[in-house]
Amino acid sequence: MRRTHARTPAELVAARPEPEFQLTFDGRPIRGLPGQSIAATLWSAGILTWRTTRVHGRPRGAFCGIGACYDCLATVNGRPNQRACLLPARPGDAITTQEGDGYAALDR
Amino acid sequence: MRQPLDVVIVGAGVVGAACAYYASRSGLSVAVVDRGSVAGGTTGAGEGNLLVSDKLPGPELELALLSASLWRELSEELSSDIEYEIKGGLVVAASEESLTTLSTTAATQRGAGVEAYHVTSDRLRDAEPHLAPHLAGGCHYPQDAQVQPALAAAELLREAGRSGARLCPGEEVVGILRHRDGAVRGVRTARSELRAPVVVNAAGTWGGDLAAMAGVDLPVLPRRGFVLVTEPLPRLIRHKVYAAEYVSDVSSGSAALQTSPVVEGTPSGPVLIGASRERVGFDRTLSVPAIARLAAQAAALFPVLADVRVMRAYHGFRPYLPDHLPAIGPDPRVPGLFHACGHEGAGIGLAPATGLLIADAIAGRQPVLDPGPFAPDRFDTTCHVT
Amino acid sequence: MPHSTDERRPRDADCAGLAVVGAGPAGLAAAVTAADHGLDVVLLDSAVTPGGQYYRSPPGGLGATRPGALHHGWPVFAELSARLAAHRDSGAIRHLPNHQVWTVERAGDGDWILHAVTGAEGDQRSAVRARRLLLATGAHERQLPFPGWTLPGVVSAAGAQAMLKSGLVLPGRRIVVAGSGPLLQAVALSLTRAGASVPALIEASGYGAYARAPQVLAANPGKMAEGVRHGAALTGAGVRMLTRRAVTDVHGDDRVEAVTVSRVDRRWRPVPGTGREIACDALAVGHGLAPQLELAVAAGCGTRACADGTHAVTLDQQLRTTVPGVWAAGEAGGIGGVELALCEGELAALSVIREMRGGVQRAAARRAVALLRSRRRLRAFSTLMGAVHRPGAGWSEWLTGDTEVCRCEEVTAGRIRTACEEFGAGDTRTVKLLTRAGMGWCQGRTCGFAVRELADAHGSGRGAGEEPDGPDRRPLACPVRLSTLADLAEPA
Repeated sequence: MRRTHARTPAELVAARPEPEFQLTFDGRPIRGLPGQSIAATLWSAGILTWRTTRVHGRPRGAFCGIGACYDCLATVNGRPNQRACLLPARPGDAITTQEGDGYAALDR
Repeated sequence: MRQPLDVVIVGAGVVGAACAYYASRSGLSVAVVDRGSVAGGTTGAGEGNLLVSDKLPGPELELALLSASLWRELSEELSSDIEYEIKGGLVVAASEESLTTLSTTAATQRGAGVEAYHVTSDRLRDAEPHLAPHLAGGCHYPQDAQVQPALAAAELLREAGRSGARLCPGEEVVGILRHRDGAVRGVRTARSELRAPVVVNAAGTWGGDLAAMAGVDLPVLPRRGFVLVTEPLPRLIRHKVYAAEYVSDVSSGSAALQTSPVVEGTPSGPVLIGASRERVGFDRTLSVPAIARLAAQAAALFPVLADVRVMRAYHGFRPYLPDHLPAIGPDPRVPGLFHACGHEGAGIGLAPATGLLIADAIAGRQPVLDPGPFAPDRFDTTCHVT
Repeated sequence: MPHSTDERRPRDADCAGLAVVGAGPAGLAAAVTAADHGLDVVLLDSAVTPGGQYYRSPPGGLGATRPGALHHGWPVFAELSARLAAHRDSGAIRHLPNHQVWTVERAGDGDWILHAVTGAEGDQRSAVRARRLLLATGAHERQLPFPGWTLPGVVSAAGAQAMLKSGLVLPGRRIVVAGSGPLLQAVALSLTRAGASVPALIEASGYGAYARAPQVLAANPGKMAEGVRHGAALTGAGVRMLTRRAVTDVHGDDRVEAVTVSRVDRRWRPVPGTGREIACDALAVGHGLAPQLELAVAAGCGTRACADGTHAVTLDQQLRTTVPGVWAAGEAGGIGGVELALCEGELAALSVIREMRGGVQRAAARRAVALLRSRRRLRAFSTLMGAVHRPGAGWSEWLTGDTEVCRCEEVTAGRIRTACEEFGAGDTRTVKLLTRAGMGWCQGRTCGFAVRELADAHGSGRGAGEEPDGPDRRPLACPVRLSTLADLAEPA
């Protein structure tokens, strides 16, 4: 392992990523890289929260990073409760802040 | 012990809790002992149904109707929330044939004091907007209610504690203490002895083992059931909704796997999906065929659930007696031994009436209903006491 | 060499000789070793690329030309990957990535059926049949709650590492690393190498406690050297190492702005008046790892309580579980690290071969002896490590009544205490039933240890009743779509 300290993670691994693409978070355009998870894409954009809790409406985002804690649940392309830390980001994805159980649309 | 005990209740499930509540309220000095914790057995695995709809006229329905009114009282008397909700039951029939059977059943139930209203096919979705289309019809039972069973048991025990009852969790009963004449004088636990002239067997599915410690036979068998728990959802399902076939599954004596869809929402969000019944001993292995059938039947009844994820599956062991009636009352074979177990899948619903009957029997009061059909020695072919 | 009847059974396209669950270090080592010896293997893994949590690497699209820069021992993984690729090409290993096994079921003939979900959104089902099962299901990080730990910017230490390794992202620029256990050092180093500043590494135990077992240390000079190397590297990167301290509060409105670090005594009780603020924009926190036992429990395998306070699969010298036909390797058998996982994976595969064929060739037998020796040495070290970093009984004193313990269901420490003190709950299950702690999406993976500790403080580990005190039971190892379950129903 090289002992050098990089300025960014990408520099550390000498990344030469494929071309970036665009997706949206609450309608706002953000940039994604092929292979990144939704959560990584959001972190890259400086966004740490994309859900509010069911009981107290508190903000949450990624916590465990490996799909075990389900704190990072997001609504992606209208489908609620997707694990953002596992789901790969794809061009054009529309991520929206998920409120509570994410199923308000079902509640008639 | 600070004072001499009148009653030792074995089992801190909802039935033991109700016995403790009514016994201590009538001035008896009570201890409740359980090898585990509060609601550690079948109570904790229950959905908390307080149903009259699934019972045919007879002694169990009488017990259920009495319990229904007692639960209503308790929901007002108890100091903390037990999620009591008179949500009503909706029994649905897929075919004209099962609708006819359902309607006949409802008619006889009405004669026994049950409120039951026919719901025509076109009105079903007014009651439950997400029900599948093309069902033949149904029946609405407004008296059906629900509690959160573990909270209910814990709250009954806490109230009993305020009347002086003592709770001894984590203490396993290993023997029944007897006088030379055979009458009970308490229980021995792994740690100590609790002396009392009355022992109540509220050990649920394990009630047969406790009876055996007193030298008597009570054929309680486990009847396994699985429940599926979905991800949290808005209140999509308002009633307890189940298929008309459920009633015949409940009253069947078969050991083989039976499933019929029972679907309901909860105040916390998840939808609970039951109900399976099979007699496989205390096998705790997940049965893929059983949960697959539950899933298929629930999705057929509520297509909206098909895309919803199941977070958890759990099982419980209903305490089953061969005639589907509980054992409630004194055991004539062992003076001082009372039974309050074997309620199968209806223990939450029948708990208060059971507790009241037991408290009255211990105190020598006139019972509020005829306990004859629940006689604990009714299965004993060697015994001629009636 | 004697052959069992089993070996003569023709290769069955529908039934593998061995199913390995998990393609982390243990699972990879097991799968390639078994295939080397001629066994037909199916390897199921929830991730898209092999490597598990330890050898997580950026997916191809990110174009990492030096992925090894984020890893220790990358050549070992590169070699295993190459062997996997070769066996995959020859058909000896059927590799099923993106397959999350949700339960294992024993068929009437003794075969195992592994039910998995797959597809982009996990909505397709898959079932695999195998004669034998080898569980290398790994671990997830253990967490302890503390005031403020739900504030955005607080992430799990392993999670920060995982997001960095696979997504090349950081949760902040100035990250405090806290908790307990050797993983924290590796995380802090990775973060600094990737450009973050780590003002402090907060360790609740004291490293001096390792000295309690000098003979174990002497037998593991590599571990000692690694510790020294890490310490020097951390110092070089400007990371202050603070032991016998814990984060007892987190500050910030929308996200982390600072943390309060307090001294703790030997029992991890915070010492009043010792709190000091450290400014940061993220906190990476963890208290060791916990084995993922869902499938082992589903298969009926016995478990044991470990020195670190977790439960793990009970294994014999041959890595056999208590259930015939089921082996386990790596973290599932007790937290021990990558070196042990690699060793156990290989050893378990040799054990499978031995049992199938009634013996192994001489070279393999010699190899097994060496592996056994390594395993004994490494297990001794991991037991010591587990005991050193096991949370002290006083940790719960840093909780306030309104600290959320269960993140999913938002259940506070106060409610759990009420359930214990007023309602007589004395075990995890009863606390769960009375408060909903552990009933949410994660099914208690995050709060389970803390809830158990809080309940045990009242019930002294009682828990007879229906569910004797053991590992949490999660009959579904992950959420499964209702329609996916329904598809498994046989026509009535």
